[in-house]
Amino acid sequence: MENKLSEILEALLLSASRPISIDEMIKVFEDQKPSKEEIRSALNQIDEGCIERGIELKRVASGYRLQVKQSLSNYVAKLWEERPQKFSKATLETLSLIAYKQPITRGEIEEIRGVTVGTQLMRGLMERGWVKIVGQRDVPGRPSLYSTTKEFLDYFGLQHLRELPELPSLPDLDSIELELPIEPPESNENPQALN
Amino acid sequence: MVDTKTSNPQKTEENQIYPRQEEMFLATVKGKETVLPEDLYVPPNALEVLLDSFAGPLDFLLYLIKKQNLDILDINVAKITEQYTSYIELMDAMQVELAGDYLVMAAYLAELKSRMLLPRPQEETEEEDPRAELIKRLQEYQRFKEAAERIDKIPRLDRETFAANAKLPEFTTDTPLIDIPLEDLTLALAEVMRRADQSQAHLINFEELSTRERMTQILERMKTESFIEFTSLFIAKEGKIGVVVTFLAILELLKDSLIEIVQSEEFGPIHIKGIDEVH
Repeated sequence: MENKLSEILEALLLSASRPISIDEMIKVFEDQKPSKEEIRSALNQIDEGCIERGIELKRVASGYRLQVKQSLSNYVAKLWEERPQKFSKATLETLSLIAYKQPITRGEIEEIRGVTVGTQLMRGLMERGWVKIVGQRDVPGRPSLYSTTKEFLDYFGLQHLRELPELPSLPDLDSIELELPIEPPESNENPQALN
Repeated sequence: MVDTKTSNPQKTEENQIYPRQEEMFLATVKGKETVLPEDLYVPPNALEVLLDSFAGPLDFLLYLIKKQNLDILDINVAKITEQYTSYIELMDAMQVELAGDYLVMAAYLAELKSRMLLPRPQEETEEEDPRAELIKRLQEYQRFKEAAERIDKIPRLDRETFAANAKLPEFTTDTPLIDIPLEDLTLALAEVMRRADQSQAHLINFEELSTRERMTQILERMKTESFIEFTSLFIAKEGKIGVVVTFLAILELLKDSLIEIVQSEEFGPIHIKGIDEVH
């Protein structure tokens, strides 16, 4: 091989506008295919070489990506005139419900959110490739079950779902009932006490 | 007519026709200042904006509870219901188009309030506090509301994270050219010609001869002739279409067991005959 493996991989990473997996890297070699181990060690070299550079090698769900060092992103953001769109509360809430409770039906999302989830919202999430239908729940109406995708993780720079921020825990329901002021029985006929 | 829900808060800020623009509590939209004016004078559009800033009735309820500096566990159903419905009524009065979900919640709160007012059965039952369900819902919703906020803070591609890219070098994708023998090409051409031959355009005319009609005709003829020669049913001047229609009619009749087809000898003439009803 006349070219150094790490150079070839760096070229691949820089030219792809998406994360690439080790399998994909191996595919571009014709005769002398490097092993996964060789690829990994070359990636390590690239990573080490990034120490004094403005970029870093990041592993996300679909593979590896060369990106601007997180610590430098403030500078880069200034170059981008258009601020990336903010997500609505509805989008974020729906997305987080799908992320934490997948696979989940639209009805279940609506139950927790207390709002109808628009078709457009779901379609938007699916068009972005963050959410996909993974099946149908076996109940009348056979509602679609939604899950998040690898692209969703890629977008948030994550490798696994477990890297998501911890879901705030639900307070113990038994303790709630203890805290509820149970009225003494004699006040039962005294409704204004509730006001 | 008040215009329907504005999804874009900026639109309202630009709108100068409403008085006391400066006092509009657009601040709540930004989610920081949570003070509402006591007199509750609210320019109509601001109210829409206010609602737009909530993700739904549960979010709105949480806001009302927080505004009272109350713990979810200590909610006063009567008071919250009152506040909630006063907002809803206000919106209604201003002809703001409300999402049905808000009305559903209003009904739910009213029901809850009435249950709270009813005396509880004297016997020692393990009956849950009527508020428990609402509290559960609010807490469950709050969990995911918080989760959504946390997700929002994760560095995102093109917001905090930027993929490194290099301009692609000049290259040509080498799709190898394959030599095609002239013979293959001729064969391919012949094949195309053959297919073109087959796919002549046919003008489909309105069905002049109906199969149903032909079925009736055959049955009628059967009344006088009990034995009809198959070929005599076809009328040559009707052309191919007539043949097809007649044939289809015969098949239909056969399927419905209205006729029988008989052939007395091999290669002999085919006859059709009616099926005796007495069978």
